[in-house]
Amino acid sequence: MTRLRYFAWLREKIGTAEEELELPADIGTVAGLIAWLRGRGPGHAAAFAESNRVRCALDHEFAGPDALIAQAREIGFFPPVTGG
Amino acid sequence: MTRLRIEVGPADFDAAQELSALASGDCGGIGSFVGIVRAGSSHPRVTALTLEHYPGMTEAALHRIAQQATARWELTGCTIIHRTGRLLAGETIVFVGAASPHRAAALAATAFLIDWLKTAAPFWKHEEFDDGTASWVAANPADDAAAARWQSA
Repeated sequence: MTRLRYFAWLREKIGTAEEELELPADIGTVAGLIAWLRGRGPGHAAAFAESNRVRCALDHEFAGPDALIAQAREIGFFPPVTGG
Repeated sequence: MTRLRIEVGPADFDAAQELSALASGDCGGIGSFVGIVRAGSSHPRVTALTLEHYPGMTEAALHRIAQQATARWELTGCTIIHRTGRLLAGETIVFVGAASPHRAAALAATAFLIDWLKTAAPFWKHEEFDDGTASWVAANPADDAAAARWQSA
């Protein structure tokens, strides 16, 4: 099982802050996971509609679309950061 | 040994107290930056904002940024405090401080810390306006440019 966490407007569109999912073994990269998540429902589809507006972290490390999700236990999705 | 202090949470901070904590006989000066929730001059004006963050990742990201600063400049102390939750316009939101034997290092490290904090720490601002609307703040490309200048500098 992989823990997925969503923040800011991704959380609002998806309607939950986190979920535990069994990811298909053939998902290799962050981009592949985003494509698969789009099919989970209208909330996910809306959140991931524009993948260039989505950022990802694998086990708390920023990761680009080509990063391999491999053994990541926690995957976070969020908009570009706006702190400070 | 550089003294690192990283705090993330809703509590307010006392900038004077933070500066005192950074002062020591080993340092020649302290650079600091205090961020304030800005109402803005255009309409609608911001009345409050809510800071969401990624617990666990946030603290790790701030430690990494502080460690990069201490690797790059001779620092005796480095403090990053970022508030979370709902804050009203005019309230403090962030404190960054860097103490060094030399002023150039203290000032440069302070700018580095706040530039990187804006682009490499997982915080998101949700603004409330005086016309009753609210929205998520979009990332500012100028912030990315400000952080990027440290890679070529």
